[in-house]
Amino acid sequence: MATTRGGKVTGGDGSTAKPHVLAVDDSSVDRAVITSLLRSSKYRVTAVDSAKRALELLGLEPNVNMVFTDYSMPGMTGYELLKTIKESSNLRQIPVVIMSSENVPTRINRCLEEGAEDFLLKPVRPSDVARLCKRVLH
Amino acid sequence: MGKYSSWDFKKRDHDAKVNMNGDASVQVDKRRGRICEHADICKGYLDDQFNQIEELQDEVSPNFVEEVVALFFKDSSRLLANIERVLEKYPRDFSRLDSLMYQLIGSVSSIGALRMKNECTSFRDHCSDGNLEGCKRSFQKVKREYTTLKQKLEKYFQWLRQAGPVEQATNSRK
Repeated sequence: MATTRGGKVTGGDGSTAKPHVLAVDDSSVDRAVITSLLRSSKYRVTAVDSAKRALELLGLEPNVNMVFTDYSMPGMTGYELLKTIKESSNLRQIPVVIMSSENVPTRINRCLEEGAEDFLLKPVRPSDVARLCKRVLH
Repeated sequence: MGKYSSWDFKKRDHDAKVNMNGDASVQVDKRRGRICEHADICKGYLDDQFNQIEELQDEVSPNFVEEVVALFFKDSSRLLANIERVLEKYPRDFSRLDSLMYQLIGSVSSIGALRMKNECTSFRDHCSDGNLEGCKRSFQKVKREYTTLKQKLEKYFQWLRQAGPVEQATNSRK
């Protein structure tokens, strides 16, 4: 049974389980696209429409290996979600990628400083998603 | 978009040249339903991002393009209606107008609708300038681009459906 939280995934018997990626975006179009991108790389994907729901899921599911989150969302932003994850003793190991349609260097730096794995500009390219997942999950 | 029922992409391993309504022949990668790179209907209106969406359509998600386009129309019509309402009721609330347009630009970019995106950006520029007349003019253009885009996409889906029976099959790959 896969018990590793965040990053590389190995089953208790040494086999590799399918990594579970959580996608967070308030746009239904973007959720559909990121989900499809991740599924075509053979990951198990859960997509939610808010940071609040993401935290609820993270609280219940013991095995999320990676998070992709939009930066600008109503309510809790992707940055606030990142902070909450990194400040939590059980969740901080989970790599978090921030996505944004705005190229704002101060924003990018702030996210990286807060511990984001990477920052992707939207619309995200399949090659960027594949590259990141490969780096983090394998 | 509800009138489009799912269709089966014929799973062929070759590209097919199809003559549609006397228009210039269009090369269709029928496994993926990719025609936008080759068809004039999309030129200037849909950029490479739309191709990326076409690329994501496969045996596991055979109706992906249609589904994403349906989501886009649903989101956009909602946002456009909201913007229209705010322009009527709170015309000088530029911050709210800008925020709504920002959301719309997100979906528009994700689908690759280039011309519509440019008009949306224009609208946001007028918001930052506090130019209400500019916003109203821009908004009319945004709506026009949206209507044109809908027509183009409807035609795109029509062509895909018509590409069912293949007259000529070639082995050429793109």
